[in-house]
Amino acid sequence: MLIITCPWCGQRDQSEFTAHGEAHVARPEHPEQLTESQWGDYVFFRSNPKGVHHERWVHTHGCRRWFNVVRDTVTDHIFATYRPGERKPEIKG
Amino acid sequence: MSVQQFRLERESTINRSRVIRFWFNDTAHEGYQGDTLASALLANGVRLVARSFKYHRPRGIYTAGPEEPNALVQLEEGAYTEPNRRATEIEIYDGLRARSQNCWPSVDFDLGAASSFFDRLLPAGFYYKTFMWPRSFWMLYEKYIRRAAGLGRSPMEADPDCYDKTYAHCDVLIVGGGPAGIQAARAAGLAGARVILADERPGLGGSLLGEKYVINDRPAMDWVDERKSELSDMPEVCVLTRTTVTGYYDYNFLVANERVSEHLGPHNSGAPKERLWKIRARHVVLATGAIERPLVFADCDRPGVMLSSAIRNYIHRFSVLPGKRFVILTNNDTGYRTALDILDAGGMVAVIDIRSHPAGELPDTARNTGIRVLEARTITAVNYAKGTIRSVEVMQLSEDCTQVTGNAERIRCDTVGVSGGWNPTVHLFSQGRGTLRFCERNQCFVPDRPSRNNPVTLAGSCRATWRLGDCLKEGFDAGISAAGEAGFAMPGMTHEEDAVQDTDHHEPRPVWILPCEHPIGQGRKKHFHEMQNDATIADIALADREGFSSIEHLKRYTTTGMGTDQGKLSNLNALLALSEIQGVPMSGGRVTTYRPPYTPLTMGSIVGHDRRDLFLQRRKTPIHSWHDRAGAVYEDVGDWERPRYYPGPAETMHDAVQRECLAVRQSCGLLDASTLGKIDLQGRNCRWLLNMLYTNAWDNLSAGRCRYGLMLNEHGMVFDDGVTTCLDDNHYHMTTTTGGAARVMNWIEEWLQTEWPDLEVFATSVTEQWAVASLSGPNARALLSGLTDVPLDDASFPFMSCRNGTVAGIPARIFRISFTGELSFEINVPARYGLALWKALMDAGEEYRICPYGTEAMHVLRAEKGFIIAGQDTDGTVTPMDLGMDWIVSRKKEDFLGKRSFDRTDTARPGRKQLVGLLTEDPEFVIPEGTHVVKAMKNAPPMEMLGHVSSSYMSPNTGRSIALALIADGFNLKGQTLSVALMNGTGHHVTVTDPVFLR
Ligand SMILES: [Zn+2]
Repeated sequence: MLIITCPWCGQRDQSEFTAHGEAHVARPEHPEQLTESQWGDYVFFRSNPKGVHHERWVHTHGCRRWFNVVRDTVTDHIFATYRPGERKPEIKG
Repeated sequence: MSVQQFRLERESTINRSRVIRFWFNDTAHEGYQGDTLASALLANGVRLVARSFKYHRPRGIYTAGPEEPNALVQLEEGAYTEPNRRATEIEIYDGLRARSQNCWPSVDFDLGAASSFFDRLLPAGFYYKTFMWPRSFWMLYEKYIRRAAGLGRSPMEADPDCYDKTYAHCDVLIVGGGPAGIQAARAAGLAGARVILADERPGLGGSLLGEKYVINDRPAMDWVDERKSELSDMPEVCVLTRTTVTGYYDYNFLVANERVSEHLGPHNSGAPKERLWKIRARHVVLATGAIERPLVFADCDRPGVMLSSAIRNYIHRFSVLPGKRFVILTNNDTGYRTALDILDAGGMVAVIDIRSHPAGELPDTARNTGIRVLEARTITAVNYAKGTIRSVEVMQLSEDCTQVTGNAERIRCDTVGVSGGWNPTVHLFSQGRGTLRFCERNQCFVPDRPSRNNPVTLAGSCRATWRLGDCLKEGFDAGISAAGEAGFAMPGMTHEEDAVQDTDHHEPRPVWILPCEHPIGQGRKKHFHEMQNDATIADIALADREGFSSIEHLKRYTTTGMGTDQGKLSNLNALLALSEIQGVPMSGGRVTTYRPPYTPLTMGSIVGHDRRDLFLQRRKTPIHSWHDRAGAVYEDVGDWERPRYYPGPAETMHDAVQRECLAVRQSCGLLDASTLGKIDLQGRNCRWLLNMLYTNAWDNLSAGRCRYGLMLNEHGMVFDDGVTTCLDDNHYHMTTTTGGAARVMNWIEEWLQTEWPDLEVFATSVTEQWAVASLSGPNARALLSGLTDVPLDDASFPFMSCRNGTVAGIPARIFRISFTGELSFEINVPARYGLALWKALMDAGEEYRICPYGTEAMHVLRAEKGFIIAGQDTDGTVTPMDLGMDWIVSRKKEDFLGKRSFDRTDTARPGRKQLVGLLTEDPEFVIPEGTHVVKAMKNAPPMEMLGHVSSSYMSPNTGRSIALALIADGFNLKGQTLSVALMNGTGHHVTVTDPVFLR
């Protein structure tokens, strides 16, 4: 069971949070201009790395804020958490 | 009543002034307070306690702890019964009842074993091979296999006990209350850290309980008592006994199970039976000790064969000498310690050492004491008859220990102690993602690197530190460093040495699988390495021959380590056997991952108080008490409890639903719609957001007007629907499905917070702030007009609009929207007035014979009109076009969520599953929901499947059954006849129609 540092509330138990998949998958600004495969990439494809992963979580049973987590998918080590819109931290696994 | 003829006079942890009477297999016995069931049975000379799982071989008590593979019993009876309990851990209490498992008709005479039927029937890989059998073979043997398989019986009644759960945080959690753990607790406590020390036994002491050590010139247990009182004087130190730490999870989250009152018996206490601790520790100290490793030899599973350390435990901890004449088989010095203790306790003993010329303090002492030592020999046969060992046969070992030579010598004995050295208890460390490495010197796996998420220190024999003095020092140092890591540094604090007498340790001779006169796997004798699941060394060879040669495959194929003991004794010897068969060194082999729990947990403990009404919060509307009094039958919708129908006297569900449906269309009905999801949206950018969330256009919706919308995900698939009302330009009232309210709320929040943070929109869930009564039917207007100040005529209050006013004197927001297709008013009032509103409407409705109706009638009424229910008629693969709702998709809007997906090849292709109506050939026949629709019914599958029935009802207003279905190319099939394939193998003709049945 992880301990996750909510950027607003601080360290809390994983049971208060919900994972929402990969972070930094921006919605395309002009979907109508995309090819089918470009749109398909946005809708269906995620990087699913073995190792360092930037992902989105929400503090469901807390402040109900979304934020980002950098987690190692192998070891579950959490390198950093940060607010949406903040710069993506560069982490080497 | 048998006498305790194996009880010694000496002092131990048992309390002789307190005699305990208990029953085992319907025979009464006596023991003392402090006994385990195993020690009390051994004191009474009961050796045959169980039958093995697969072959039904007689089995006895093999250990004195949680590693016990054999002595599993069914504890207590009726609702209190619990299977697979280890006799070595059950503390006896007055009136305890336990019985053997897997024995039919009795433990002494078991038909399964007598026929030796199972021996041939159940080879390694048995369960996998059954899948390859012809069906007729399975039919023939199933009843035998079912009787043979499984351990113990589950209780058939609800558990009458109560269980507790608690959360704890500490600076240092110490697992194991032996010498190292006690020292660690003491040191961390002195440093001022908040400490939890947990141990599975009833008292502290760990290995010292079962040994004859001397510390500071006094018995080691005196030292334990002093330390215990020292710890109890430290306010920040919490000592939990009878508490097994069973799981080590990420970020130092550990789960422990405390047996609070079981030792008092099932009826003797108001306390919870068990308490589950969920502990978050800044730093963990594992002082989990070591388990003696068995030697595998011919018929080593006979009752009376046990670990040599278990014999010492029974002598020192329980004052029980579990035999009269002993033979110790050993590959290291530990066996001699047991031999000396047996001699001291008045038993007769000989030592069989597989080593040639064993030298050292313990072997020398044993020889000097006159104990017979047979060198370079092994046991090749265990002669067992009438429930007891009569003798063993001993032969000379070849130089490489792979064969035996010469003549067998028969040695009389009733008990065999085995010692294969020690195996560190690394389970928790490994669960916590620590890596293990093979230690050549000790020939076992030892902790290597901890996970960076789990700050942990190890102390004592769990890291292969064997000498007591070293364990004491290591424990203290671990406590200091753990406290330091947790922020309680104590510079300069050092360990005051305790004076310990200890003996030298010599590494074992690295041989654990011992030959007999015939090759292993041939002949009658069996070499069990895994006793709980009855797996032998020959099974490992078979698995390897059949291609299951990786340890993960082998484990499952032979079921090694798959029992309730998780192979605490068997895993290492299985790895060794495999490495020998494959000619690969142990250090190159892989060890399987240890999984929680260390010892099994009861379901009661895991569940705790979270059962019955406390399992899940039930949501009830403010009108619920009225529904109760009206005799409503409820259904669960999300977490809500909603009236499904209101049966009248002698009415079936069908009768009630038909009556309610007719009443709504003929006069008026009243539905509690309070559960509908309601979201209040405010801010400058609401309209922009609505345009993105819904498929239709929201630009020109004026204040006081309502609009229905479909919500799509980015795949273009419908996931929710509802009506949103413009209260003013910057203020909207959105409704969602009952079950989808939280999902929609999260959906909106996620977009607002992550993608469109610059929008000014505030979304607030107001589901529970409003109570809603939905008044529906041709008389709705006449009824409501007598209660409200709001003009209800079409001109001043048109369809799809909203008005504020009062209803029965209550401030109300009234929506003229309809889910039944009849004239409807959804009256929203502050939740606390919900019941008053409902009662006022029911009173005023008397003259119109108003009928309260439930969700079932609501479903029928909307289906008659072809209205969908998102989540029932859609399943995440359905677009608005598939629903025939092209009209709700804006052509003009450049973008909304899911729009781009409409042009995807798969979404745009013809022939997708589409929502249509179905009419059955027999108008009285109601198709079960979920039934497959096929082009034509055949005698057997395969048949061409076109889709499935999503909604199906008897519709009283059309006078026949109706159904909605999602069918491939359904729009083009209208008018055609298809079939529905029923569960009984028959079909029924249906005609494809428009989904609107009542216009
Ligand atoms: Zn938070």
